[in-house]
Amino acid sequence: MARYLARRLATLVGIVVVISIGAFYLIHLLPGDPATVILGTGDSPQNRARLYAQLGLNRPVIEQYFVWIKNVLRGNLGTSFISQVPVWTTIRAALPIDLEMIVLSQILSFAVAVPLAMASAKRPDSWFDRFLGAFSFTMLSIPAFILVVVLVLVVAIKLAVPHTGVSSYVPLTQDWVTNLESMALPSIVLAIGSVTVYYRVLRSDLIATLQQEYITLARSKGISQRRILWRHALRPSSVALLGTAGVNIGGLLAGGFIVQYLLDIPGLGYTLVNSIGLSDYLVVQGIVLVVSVGVIIINFVFDFLITLVDPRIARE
Amino acid sequence: MSSSLELSELVEEVTETPDGRRLGVLFWVCVGWLALNLLAAVFANVLPLENPLTQNYNVVNAGPSLHHLFGTDDLGRDIFSRVVFGSRVSIEAGLGSMLIGFGVGAPLGMLAAYRRGRFDQILTVVMYVVLAFPAIIATIAILSFWTPRTLLKIIVVIGVAAIPLVYRVIRTATLAVATQDFVVAAKVQGASDTRILVRELLPNVAPIAVSFLLIGVATVVTLEGSLAFLGLSVAPPTPSWGNMINESRTILQLNPWLALFPAAAMCLFLLALNFIGDRLRTHFDVTEGKL
Repeated sequence: MARYLARRLATLVGIVVVISIGAFYLIHLLPGDPATVILGTGDSPQNRARLYAQLGLNRPVIEQYFVWIKNVLRGNLGTSFISQVPVWTTIRAALPIDLEMIVLSQILSFAVAVPLAMASAKRPDSWFDRFLGAFSFTMLSIPAFILVVVLVLVVAIKLAVPHTGVSSYVPLTQDWVTNLESMALPSIVLAIGSVTVYYRVLRSDLIATLQQEYITLARSKGISQRRILWRHALRPSSVALLGTAGVNIGGLLAGGFIVQYLLDIPGLGYTLVNSIGLSDYLVVQGIVLVVSVGVIIINFVFDFLITLVDPRIARE
Repeated sequence: MSSSLELSELVEEVTETPDGRRLGVLFWVCVGWLALNLLAAVFANVLPLENPLTQNYNVVNAGPSLHHLFGTDDLGRDIFSRVVFGSRVSIEAGLGSMLIGFGVGAPLGMLAAYRRGRFDQILTVVMYVVLAFPAIIATIAILSFWTPRTLLKIIVVIGVAAIPLVYRVIRTATLAVATQDFVVAAKVQGASDTRILVRELLPNVAPIAVSFLLIGVATVVTLEGSLAFLGLSVAPPTPSWGNMINESRTILQLNPWLALFPAAAMCLFLLALNFIGDRLRTHFDVTEGKL
């Protein structure tokens, strides 16, 4: 187990290094001289000197990476030349909103997907199972950005539910009830995407598990269906589910970007899109780095969870 | 006597199509819908459509009518015509990037699974490292720096991001076939590697490839839509489904048609692609493997 985790951790570090190189190199995709583009209207000898210190732009590209990564490891992602705010300060303010959105949507998704998958797997090919199968398949084909537009149209505009419309975000620290209300719509949009995927994955694994002999044995001992599903069948069926959930996080963040952008929720996605619009490239670079590393770490956590559910995976 | 009985049994087996093996009416409806979409996109110029860029301030934000089947947008442009022309961006993005993804990923995947050894090991490790990258975020990142944005750049970025995914699916599919007896038999008979890859392996991998290709196109169409929604795809006034839905955001209350029609067109297109892909996969009895 420890060796398995150590190996996974080494891979994790390797991938993070590759990601940091990618995030670093983004600057050089800019057309023309990166300093000129990044500084934009803030191009003064002073700012130029600051940017050179941050990115080491007057040195060879390979050295630039080391100048930059040294700064990044000290928590210095540079200071925006547009808002004059350190990039890390901006990210730290926005990040909790994304975390809240993801946590809420995942609680919702599992709370809905697990019982539904069980109800389907209990009687495969029943009308209920067929209906859910067709329904989830349809939902899979509806992109998040269409879903959110439709939900805003129906819930916020037609039904006029308070605190669900555009720009109704209230920080958690200010008033948690209103905060939850304003986070409901975005969390539900993200959850719908996850539910359909989790439902389909867990359903097919549960059906396979329920055909195992130890389930037949449990049945013949007279254990209730409910207990069989939750205590006997769920754990061995959830390996693929956890794997999917881990992979899903990246897409979830991107989906979150879109929802935040539409509803004016000041999370990382909203900040990212705004910064792209303002050509505030240091902020974009910082967010890309933080989000990518975050996704990798979350993937690692799910890998770890999988080994808890099925320790055989770590032993092979 | 016995041999003729066997033969008749065989014939019966071949002609009989069990229920599960039939593709079904819905499958062909979806194929027809896709074909209609493709034809409309290809021949949009010669169809009797209004110019999608012509603004007409006399009919702004009009609902559906005989003159404008889907109504008009806030600049008086015909929504129907924009939906038809807009499909071009989605279809080009989907097919173009899958062309790159399959053009590079599929041959590499087949070769790695057939050759095995060091070549396979190194390639697979490289692909898995690339795959660990959150592709959507990488795409957003690259497109936000690599200005000015064009459809070609979008196709290249998404296409390159698709290579490791295609590689993995095709490699897994080829592995399952490469060890089977008929491949070994061909090898024993002295068939060249190229012949085995093209004549023996390819026909068996193709069905999986086609079904994955369709689902891949659907994924790319969604991704391009999301990028357009975030303002990272082709710039207005060029119509695309994503652009149109994005433009509708601010006047959602006033003119819901502007959001509704491109959204419906996109969802139906995606649904058809996913359905055909899924149906083909179950038809050829392909297990998903570790996706």
